[in-house]
Amino acid sequence: MKIKKISDYEWEISDSKIPINLFVNEKILEQIKKDDTLKQATNMAKLPGVLKVAVMPDAHQGYGACIGGVAGFDLEKGVISPGMVGFDINCGVRLLSTNISKKEFLSKRKEITHDIKRTIPSGLGRGGERYSKEIIKEVLEKGSEWALENKLATKKDLEKTEENGRMENADSKDVSDQAIARGLPQLGTLGAGNHFIDIQEVEEIYDEKTAKKFKLEKNKIAIMIHCGSRGLGHQVASDYIREIEEKYSAKKFPDRELGYAPIDSEIGKKYFSAMKCAVNFAFCNRQIIMHKIREILKKNFPNKKIDLVYDLAHNIAKIEEHKIPNKKKILVVRKGATRAFENQPVIIPGSMSTPSFVLVGTKNAEKISLASSAHGAGRAHSRTWAHKTLDEKQIKKILDKKDILLEGSPKATIEESEMSYKDIEEVIDVTEKAGISKKVAKLKPLAVVIG
Amino acid sequence: MKFKFLEHPADIKFQAFGKTLEEAFINSALALKQTIYEKKIKEKKAKKIKLEAKDKEALLYDFLEQFLFLLDAEDFLFNKIKKLKINQNALEAEISGDKASDYDFNNNVKAITYSNMFVKKQKDKYTTQVVLDV
Repeated sequence: MKIKKISDYEWEISDSKIPINLFVNEKILEQIKKDDTLKQATNMAKLPGVLKVAVMPDAHQGYGACIGGVAGFDLEKGVISPGMVGFDINCGVRLLSTNISKKEFLSKRKEITHDIKRTIPSGLGRGGERYSKEIIKEVLEKGSEWALENKLATKKDLEKTEENGRMENADSKDVSDQAIARGLPQLGTLGAGNHFIDIQEVEEIYDEKTAKKFKLEKNKIAIMIHCGSRGLGHQVASDYIREIEEKYSAKKFPDRELGYAPIDSEIGKKYFSAMKCAVNFAFCNRQIIMHKIREILKKNFPNKKIDLVYDLAHNIAKIEEHKIPNKKKILVVRKGATRAFENQPVIIPGSMSTPSFVLVGTKNAEKISLASSAHGAGRAHSRTWAHKTLDEKQIKKILDKKDILLEGSPKATIEESEMSYKDIEEVIDVTEKAGISKKVAKLKPLAVVIG
Repeated sequence: MKFKFLEHPADIKFQAFGKTLEEAFINSALALKQTIYEKKIKEKKAKKIKLEAKDKEALLYDFLEQFLFLLDAEDFLFNKIKKLKINQNALEAEISGDKASDYDFNNNVKAITYSNMFVKKQKDKYTTQVVLDV
């Protein structure tokens, strides 16, 4: 594999069939050379009809495609791969801004955090509502519009959601009964693992004008929600990985996880429709969670403003217009990456006890990174490593020192601590210096709810 | 050793072992169960699983995925595989377990993946390898 340096923040795998651009510094490059990140990026570049592959500053090894991997496909010659979009379809983040001050929040921190933990189920049936099959089917086709019809959203919320909270042409008939069965008890639930609800303070503003536009005010609190399409989305991915494998020979796939079908084939179209259903389910899921949090905040602070800054997907496939080299519609797959067209909000969560960042997309990202940016700190160590190396007490000590209140199981506490993640500040620094987004604000965690 | 966990930067990777293919499959399921919940589950309910797939890896994938499905859709987590029979690429199993939400845990396993998956026979020993998306 030949890697050519373009600048301190951009490298290129030059012996691949199509360009693979790496938006990393030398240190991150050395890190990702040690695992399968670059091999997985090269596998993405081997798929039929692929036009460009971009690797984000927070990239790490995934399964099939690397996390932090973005690929663009020609609509006629290209393919769609369920394994590449991944299991947690439309895993994403939603950020709310408020004019509640840090001081005001801290006076009620314990009650509010506990109320959120109690009200938003993590999953497994406890406390969650069980929706009917008919309702779930409606949600699959309508996304957040279903929430609007049921008074769980406002029109403004939908305007501030990627795709307005609904991907069109999502047919619930393309989603299996098994997937729907997994979704019935999971609408409005957070899930476990790296999914979380953070209450944060806007600690620093880098770009006053954009921050004002995003309604982010210094020393006021913001709420970040990170979750996805739950078991329903996982099952959609799994169903179509299996179906595509049965139809097309697995032998020709560069990786069994990266099975694919032509975009315009019957099965390709069916998967895309089912994926959109899972995307819609996830938008609606985060919308319901947000609605419940908004109610809790309103109860505690009746006269305060609570606005949705934005909701965006980190794992998704969608048709967009890009110049490569001429302007045309292509299929863009983002696996652990954020859409970053000029002026769009880019929300990048840190780990449990490190800051999160709000950035804004740039013209340059449209030119060089398929309008994509980083999506998180990126894991540095496995969960197995965390259990072997860390204990809960040690992590609680760090949280106490930083004055962060945590509501979560001991297991999740150990697995999701800042020690298991890369340095978010470095990821943000590289993201900005590579020119794929610009810093707007830094958010410091005050309270964290995990599964 | 029934199974062991290996290093993986983001997800969970394990290998499971057995003198027979059946035993290796049972131990793979136990590794998955250990990842979801470390403690014992009471054996109050029994369920049957019947599957067919195109090869051994696909069969293992489908077998393990059943447990995630049962957990989400039927609020059921198994404790033990009481019986398991594999005939070519068809599998029949009897499992026992309990209502999952009566136990204090959250499932963090999103999916089974084909990434680095294998089912191998070396001399008299079967080994499986699985990466879980968590």
